[in-house]
Parts: sequence; structure tokens; C-alpha cells
Amino acid sequence: MNVFMNVHAIRAIYRFEMARMWRTPTQSIAAPVISTSLYFIVFGSAIGSRIAEVEGISYAAFLVPGLIMLSVLTESVSNGSFGIYMPKYSGTIYEVLSAPVSPLEVVIGYVGAAATKSVILGAIILATARVFVDFGIQHPLWALAFLVLISVTFCLFGFIIGIWADGWEKLSMVPMLIVTPLAFLGGSFYSISMLPPLWQKIALLNPVVYLVSGFRWSFYGVSDVNVAVSLGMTLLFMLACLGVIWWMFRTGYKLKA
Amino acid sequence: MHDPGRSAEAQGQPILSIRGLTKTYASGFQALKGIDLTIRRGEIFALLGPNGAGKTTLISIVCGIVTPTSGTVLAGGYDIVRDYRAARSLIGLVPQELATDMFETVWDTVTFSRGLFGKPRDPAYLEKVLRDLSLWDKRGSKIMTLSGGMKRRVMIAKALAHEPEILFLDEPTAGVDVELRRGMWDMMRGLRERGVTIILTTHYIEEAEEMADRVGVINRGEIVLVEDKRTLMRKLGRRQLTLHLQSPLEAIPPALADVPLELAEGGHALVYTFDVQQESTGIAALLRRLNELGIDFKDLQTTESSLEEIFVSLVRSR
Repeated sequence: MNVFMNVHAIRAIYRFEMARMWRTPTQSIAAPVISTSLYFIVFGSAIGSRIAEVEGISYAAFLVPGLIMLSVLTESVSNGSFGIYMPKYSGTIYEVLSAPVSPLEVVIGYVGAAATKSVILGAIILATARVFVDFGIQHPLWALAFLVLISVTFCLFGFIIGIWADGWEKLSMVPMLIVTPLAFLGGSFYSISMLPPLWQKIALLNPVVYLVSGFRWSFYGVSDVNVAVSLGMTLLFMLACLGVIWWMFRTGYKLKA
Repeated sequence: MHDPGRSAEAQGQPILSIRGLTKTYASGFQALKGIDLTIRRGEIFALLGPNGAGKTTLISIVCGIVTPTSGTVLAGGYDIVRDYRAARSLIGLVPQELATDMFETVWDTVTFSRGLFGKPRDPAYLEKVLRDLSLWDKRGSKIMTLSGGMKRRVMIAKALAHEPEILFLDEPTAGVDVELRRGMWDMMRGLRERGVTIILTTHYIEEAEEMADRVGVINRGEIVLVEDKRTLMRKLGRRQLTLHLQSPLEAIPPALADVPLELAEGGHALVYTFDVQQESTGIAALLRRLNELGIDFKDLQTTESSLEEIFVSLVRSR
């Protein structure tokens, strides 16, 4: 065994988690394709045809990055939480706890797999959107960087929820009551500048605003907030999640008696 | 299976050394009160104790699932906290509860276990493990489709997937039918022949009697006794001869004062206790003397105290 990293363990966890995705292709691939198509039909064509342009971009094209974010955020949280909650629920967590793995390796395995799924999902939605809308990506590398960073960050956040939750209700509570509203209010469907001045200020308290804004910038070069601020906020949120996870493993919070 | 890099000294050390181990749960419940225990390399050690005695807590600490409150544990010479990687890669655990993934196949789950414990792929070894446990035919089956007995064997296969030197079996034969239990015992013997140290908890005394080299008894978080099984049986395994008398006695006749006799059943029976290991049991002499004294008996029987009785008396006396 490698003294510094149990690479075999990371690979084992990663493969195990990815296998779950391929076992449920309907849920992992068909569902996002269908829901994205519905969004474009309803918002892009039906409603969007009455909205001229947002910040010089057709409304349908403006929607694309926001829609990707919306799905990636919710899926990341749910995948990240499910991956670690499931073994806790079934009792198979004993094996991970008794294995010669460090918390970092466990996190890389679980969160790495969850984030991979999110990135794949983002790519699927992007491809589906291309069927309905004509758009280009100005900064493709930045788009990928934002997608990966945001996926990892929200999978980490999901991982925290998965450890914290001790029932199915708690597991779905945070995504339902916090993540989805924040994602909807985070400028997925509109530009913050379309809001009244007071709400613009309140909106800036929503972390999702920074993510959507940064991601949209990588597509069209326009953003609600400065890109550097977007990047900084994403990294900050990621570090906060890592900090909480580090503390959870250190104290054995809800993992070890 | 031994790591050639480890020193000869380490090879001679006890495989597991537990010193002053305590565990107090957040609820305030003190599950372990200063456990000292040494397990020898290659032995089968049975840890006996009533429910709630601390068996599972002890195992869980050694395996890294529960954090100890104080004390140290060395596995193969490695501290289980400081050198957790080295220590844990030596240990395999089969927990009491049947906890398996539902949708995974048998093959995938053992492959996962091996990787998780840091070992490179070795299909030939895993095939052997599955064959030994009669699971090879089921390698492609989803675990949820297997019977309870098979699931339990899958858990053993998972625990063996990384070639551990120490195997913990927490109540391995609880709720398992007779045939499967025999099979498990054969498997344990096979593992011991290959040099694997086995620590099993059980409350089937029969199992300890059948399998163990040494027996430890734990009660209310304390090790009450650790003894070689044969010594234990010898030391405490006394026999009793009960003579049912024709006519009751008021007291033991003074002529028999030198014999370890007791009156029982209101004077209707005489109980003679003797040690099976001694050259002469003294039974013949006793019967002769009873004859001389004119004490007639209508029936007699001998009983041997089992590990179960020893165990019950130990736990009760505390």
C-alpha cells in the first residue's frame, strides 16, 4: 500500500459510486434531459418569445447557464448526500470506518464520484439545450472550471448533509427548503439587474447568485457581479465545506461513537 | 501473508495487545472499564459474555469504529490510532448485524472491500475466498437475492478479501442453522491453519468449547477471566457423583469426614465431588466404605460441569 495515499481505496469508493449511476440510467440521464427540454419549451419558447433580450442576449440563450446551474446544484447536493447517507442507513458504513483510509480519501472517493456525475449531467443538459437554442461559449475553459468547482463544492455540501441527516426527511429537507429556493432566486431565470434596487441588495446575500453569474460570464461575457468575486465566493464556500467535513471526521460526528 | 519488512521482533509479539482500555459513551454509560487483554498470534480466542457485557464495543474499538476513551491497542505491533493504516490493514471484521449493499453483486462487493483496504486487485485470491465459502456460483448475483446464510458468508468473504491476519467474528453463528454453523467452524479451522488469528464473540458456549484455544469472559465491561480452554475445563471441570440413598441420612457419618461429601435432597442423596484429572477418582474406595457402613443406594449418576456452568457461575458471582 502506498504510505501516503490509499489509492486503491479511493478507486474502490469511486467505482462503487459510479456503478450506482450506470445502474439507474433513467434517473441519471433521461430525467435531466426531459426536465431541461420542458424548461426550454415552457420558458424558452412559450414565455421567452415575449421577452426580447436580457443584457443583449436572447432570453432562451440567457437561460442555458442558469438552467445548468439549477440542475447541477440540486443534483450535486442530492448525490453528495445520498452517497454517504446510504451506507450509514444500511449499516455498511462499518466497512469504511474500519478500513485503512483517511477522511481525505473517503471524501475524494465519494465527492469525486458525485462531482463527476454532476459534470456529466451539466454536459448532458448543455447538449440538450443546444437542440433548442443557438448559443456559443466565450470562455469554454472557464466554463468547465466553474462547472467543476461548483460541482465539487455542492457535492461537499451534500456530503455534510449526508453525515448530518439521520433520517430520509432530513436528507431531503435541506435540498428542498434551502438549495432549490436559493437556486431559483439566484438568477437562473433572470438577471439580478431586473430586480428592484432593494431586492438586488438582498439577492447578493444568496451565494448561488455568484455561481450563476460567474458561470454565465464564461458563456456570454456578461455578469451581475465581478467574475473574480464569483470565483472567490465559490472557493470560500468550498473551503467552508471542507472545514466542516474535517471537523466532522475529527470528532467522529454522527459517524463514530 | 506476513510482511517481510516487519522485524522478527514484531513477528514474535502478541498479535493484539490491549492495555487499560476504557469506553464511556456520551450517554454516560461505561461500556468498558479498563480492559487488559493479549491475543496470541494464530490462536482462536473466544470472548464470552452476556448481552451488553461490552463484547461488541471492544471489537468496535479495535477495528476503528468506536473511539476509545482511554487506553491503547496494538495490532501486530501497530497502534490502532497512531498507525491506523498499518493496524487496520491487518484486521478483518465480520459484524454481528447483516449489513450489505442490496444491488451490488457478490463479486463487486468483495472487489470493493479488497480495494478499500488498500490491496491491488487479485481475482485469483478472491476466487479462492468465494470458493471456500461456497459463493463462487453466486458471484454474479445481486446480494439482495441471496439467503440470510449466504449474506452472512458474503460478509465473511468481504472481511477476508484483503487477506487479514486478524479476523474478528462478532456472533458469527447467531441465528444460523446447524449445518451452516458446522461449515463456519470448518472455515475457522482452515483459516487458523493458514496462520490467521481469530477472535470470536459468542454466547453459544458450545461454540467456544468446540472452537477456541483460549476463552475470555467479559462481564459488565470487565474481563473476568482469560484461560486456556483445556486448563479452564480442567480447573473448573469437576465431576460429581450423586448417590440416591435407600434410606435418608441425618448427617454425614463421622467415618466419612475425610471424603468431600455433601448431603442433598433432604438427606436422600449423597453428592461426591471429584477431579477427573486425578489418577484415582476415589469412587471405588468410597463405594467400598459405604458398603462397610451399611449405607445402601438405589441409583447413581455422574455429571460433568460444562463451560456453560462455569460461565454462569462466573458471571453470577460478580
